[in-house]
Amino acid sequence: MSATAKPIANTRSATGIPTARLITWWVIASEIVIFGGLLASYVMHRISHPEWAESASHTLTWAGAFNTFVLLTSSLCAVLAHQAADAHNGPKAAKFLRLTSLGGLIFLCVKAYEWTIDIREGFVLSSGGFWSFYYTLAGLHGLHVLAGMIIMLIVAADAAKNRELQRVECIGLYWHFVDIVWIFLFPLLYIAR
Amino acid sequence: MTTEAHVQHPNYVKVWAILVALLVVSLVGSMSHIRVVLLIAAFGVALVKAYLVAKNFMHVNVEKRWVPYLLIMCLLFIAILFAGVAPDVMQRSGLNWNKNPASQPAQTGATPAVKNE
Repeated sequence: MSATAKPIANTRSATGIPTARLITWWVIASEIVIFGGLLASYVMHRISHPEWAESASHTLTWAGAFNTFVLLTSSLCAVLAHQAADAHNGPKAAKFLRLTSLGGLIFLCVKAYEWTIDIREGFVLSSGGFWSFYYTLAGLHGLHVLAGMIIMLIVAADAAKNRELQRVECIGLYWHFVDIVWIFLFPLLYIAR
Repeated sequence: MTTEAHVQHPNYVKVWAILVALLVVSLVGSMSHIRVVLLIAAFGVALVKAYLVAKNFMHVNVEKRWVPYLLIMCLLFIAILFAGVAPDVMQRSGLNWNKNPASQPAQTGATPAVKNE
């Protein structure tokens, strides 16, 4: 294999799906089990502890709603980046990916502000069952947002030079999954009281 | 080339507008004091939003058939986990057992819960 040739794993398609996308789907499948297990645990505990509704009433619904809006908008940017990559317009795809990352940054800033208020009011990880789940679920989700942002900026740097455009769709898939997780976290942690 | 040429891109801005409208619906519904309305606004709308994102943004509907099968299988595993664990977590007692709150022995000085066999 020459120095410039791509590794076989990036181009073969035994399943009819490009391998990069195939791997992304497997990552998403494993993430479903991780988040699904946590969410299922939370739901069964929440049902058996009606008193957690009082704790949930202290969460900032407007902050959660604003973050939902931010993530939905960033998902729009991610899919527009995919559309631009399909049209072989790398610079435009990079621009949309950077906008998506900006959405992630806004999300994390709002989350940091929200947690600061919660902690100042005395609601910390050890304050009770609800707060344990709240910080674990939102924290794990926040880590996924942060990881997605970093990867997206790396992909955008290549896409701006019209290189490795197939990665634009893959990071987009991951980002949409992170969005879907938040779509369920929002009612579970903020609305259901 | 990023994806197969057959992928048709829907009007993403329109989809986004519907998602934002659904977010508003869930917020308005959450102000209701009627439990059924609250649950539908919270979780019914969330299911619709997740479906719209998966279909239109992730293009699951035009993906190879086994991809949705894979995702559904993972969801089934979660359902099995829930069904297997929920009785222990959500019920206070069963056919041959009962459960005391973990804090009760410390507060009352009682002995830990034992199986009623």
